[in-house]
Amino acid sequence: MQYLLSVIDDRAGYAPQEDDTAGSATPQEMNALDVFNERLVADGHWVFAGGLGVPDNATVIDNRGAEAVVTDGPFVESKEYLGGLWIIEAPDLDVALKLAAEGSKSCNRKVEVRPFLSE
Amino acid sequence: MSEAGARAAASQAHQQDWARLIATLTRRFGDLDLAEEAAAEAFATAVARWPADGVPPNPGAWLTTTASRLAIDRLRRENKRQDKHREAQLLYDDDPPGPPGAIGDERLRLIFTCCHPALALESRVALTLRLVGGLTVPEIARAFLVQEAAMGQRITRAKAKIKAARIPYRVPSAEDLPARVSGVLAVLFLVFNEGYLVTGTGPDPVRHDLTAEAIRLTRLIRALLPQEGEVAGLLALMLLIEARRAARVSPGGELVTLADQDRGAWDAVLIAEGHRLVRERLAAGVAPGCYQVLAAINAVHTSAREVRDTDWSQIVALYDQLARLDASPVVALNRAIAVAELDGPEVSLAAVDRLAGPLAGYHAYHATRADLLRRLGRSQQSRAAYDMAIELAGNAAETAYLTRRRDQLG
Repeated sequence: MQYLLSVIDDRAGYAPQEDDTAGSATPQEMNALDVFNERLVADGHWVFAGGLGVPDNATVIDNRGAEAVVTDGPFVESKEYLGGLWIIEAPDLDVALKLAAEGSKSCNRKVEVRPFLSE
Repeated sequence: MSEAGARAAASQAHQQDWARLIATLTRRFGDLDLAEEAAAEAFATAVARWPADGVPPNPGAWLTTTASRLAIDRLRRENKRQDKHREAQLLYDDDPPGPPGAIGDERLRLIFTCCHPALALESRVALTLRLVGGLTVPEIARAFLVQEAAMGQRITRAKAKIKAARIPYRVPSAEDLPARVSGVLAVLFLVFNEGYLVTGTGPDPVRHDLTAEAIRLTRLIRALLPQEGEVAGLLALMLLIEARRAARVSPGGELVTLADQDRGAWDAVLIAEGHRLVRERLAAGVAPGCYQVLAAINAVHTSAREVRDTDWSQIVALYDQLARLDASPVVALNRAIAVAELDGPEVSLAAVDRLAGPLAGYHAYHATRADLLRRLGRSQQSRAAYDMAIELAGNAAETAYLTRRRDQLG
């Protein structure tokens, strides 16, 4: 069974910057993340992981109508935003929650655990 | 057997066998919905048939057989339509069904799944009362003053999450057990408290059905996890509070405080059982958790034949112990109430006033202040505090009591 672990960034200090690094992990957090990720691989839970750029650099496209409409910025403005994600393989929610707890500790952010549809 | 006798037998079987039946069916078919439907149908069949056919020699076995057959029928009907779908929705269960004798374990799985921390607290309460307690959805909705449809939705959504997110159907590992047991106890204590001090202005200040159900379920968990000190502690706490039920509300529907209760009306059997559990925990020599300390505090009260015999220094010492485990302002308030009996109302009031910040919206804070101010002869301030307490109190019997006390002020 696969779960999406969404890293929720809610840092108050977040402000738009020239580059894409606002809200990204500190070197210390990166080290902790590396250790955690290596363990995910070693224990067979790893499917995918990645950090995301800031929401300001998002572009929304809606091509449901006659023409594709392009909009600058995230589809929803909010104080909390998706900072990164893991996709893990786990036999049940208890295992997924344990891994998410470690992930939250290592990246120093909240993590949402959500199951993929099983079929 | 008479019709009434058959009906009584069915109702007794429901009390005794519901949780076991749900647990057995869930284990066998891997589906809480199917288990719930088949169990409910089996009991309906029993109520319909037993008066005419007679009560079977082993009602529990009859119910298991009947419910299993009903579940298989249902599966066959559904499998024709949605074979794969059903397969995908089986509950996650990582070890094979145990021997038929391991019933205790089966019910424990059910309880831990219903009280899983990934479910909202209100869903855990509803699910536990439905699947473990066997209460109907309308009964649960009434108990929590929620529309029946909304309560049904809440339970359905919780079951859907268990399936979709794969909340496992098993007893947690030894490492996780203490935290998970305390989650289960929190659910049961919430049910008990809702029965003990009904919120809202309903006609019944105490809902005996809820307190009784909470005690019944805690007894069940106690039987399944006899070595868990906090389970014994919570059971003792509930028993010692329940023992005072008859004395707690006057015939006129007014709350009677501990000091004014007719101690002869207390239930001696429940008190004896509660005291036995408290002694058992003391003898265990293991550092107690919050429920055990609360039970011990209640045991000091119920050991006093008259209110003046109460060992207040012991009670204050126990509150000190509790405050080390739970630094909440409510514990500090209760400690201050005991201090009033030991060191007088003035010392107590100083301690209570320090809690103004966190407890400004709590009726018991204002009721305590009102009483202390009254004892100090500060009537005007006392009246203002009673007004606040009355405004915030959610329980009809408590409001009646506070109103009378206020109106008695000179």
